[in-house]
Amino acid sequence: MKHILKILALLVAISAFWIGLLQASVIPESYTWLLPLYFIVSLGCYGVLMVGVGLMQFPTCPQEALLLHQDILEARDFLKNKGVDVGSN
Amino acid sequence: MGNEQKENSNKYSIIIPTYNERLNIALLVYLIFKHLPNVNFEIIVVDDGSPDGTQDIVKQLQSVYGEDRILLRARPKKLGLGTAYIHGLKHASGNFVVIMDADLSHHPKYLPNFIKKQMETGADIVTGTRYVKGGGVHGWNLMRKLTSRGANVLAQTLLWPGVSDLTGSFRLYRKSVLEDVIGSCVSKGYVFQMEMIVRATRKGYNIAEVPITFVDRVYGSSKLGGSEIVEYLKGLVYLLLTT
Repeated sequence: MKHILKILALLVAISAFWIGLLQASVIPESYTWLLPLYFIVSLGCYGVLMVGVGLMQFPTCPQEALLLHQDILEARDFLKNKGVDVGSN
Repeated sequence: MGNEQKENSNKYSIIIPTYNERLNIALLVYLIFKHLPNVNFEIIVVDDGSPDGTQDIVKQLQSVYGEDRILLRARPKKLGLGTAYIHGLKHASGNFVVIMDADLSHHPKYLPNFIKKQMETGADIVTGTRYVKGGGVHGWNLMRKLTSRGANVLAQTLLWPGVSDLTGSFRLYRKSVLEDVIGSCVSKGYVFQMEMIVRATRKGYNIAEVPITFVDRVYGSSKLGGSEIVEYLKGLVYLLLTT
């Protein structure tokens, strides 16, 4: 099944649940009407939180630049001896 | 990473699209040979008519390493990444295919990890991920990291792709799987990489991940520019609706 259909099915299920809540009057109606808004805002906040957390935990590897530099020197040395043109950029 | 390797009768075709990578391609080839000493592989350079003499360097490398190990399959001009892979695939004699960038942002020292992971899990695709512990990026400023993270969260929420790094292009594919997936992809640029992995997920292929480190371009000019964000969003919507 196409992915978009899965998402639509999920939205339909959530909407049905919401309409059910409206009909059943378990929660005061004024709250129920605002639920979709709360849901969207929560989703947005969750997204921003995930971006922030991910940004803080973003894996970096400064030592890799140094290792790469050493690899480049080694490579240039070897290749120059074999007659490959590795002149400066 | 020890020296003992399991009996490996596979052959790996490493496809490297190039455009003006005169210096990087030589360094890359040296590093690949250094890190895959007991592996049966070939390197396929798909050069799109580089004006800087990249192809001459490849020919020099061929005389050092052998024309059976380094294949130069050039094209007359820039014709795009997706078609470069397809072109390389036509000449690939291995049963596995590696795709990687020519600018040294993908380090060949991870190639044994890709191979090992595939043999351990029997995966159809092994994709390198920069965003997990053990992986990482160097050379990105805060803005770049922010857009990358934001793009990733958005893609995860919308697409449920099953991999942590959607736009990465350091991957090992079973050749038959790459042929199957690439046939149904139509996007360009790095959205193409996203489309490949998402379509593979949808088709139910077994995808494994290995952490990789990504050092942003050392020599030369980056070919990413312009309205990346717009392209990315368009790509996301396209993938949302068609996969």
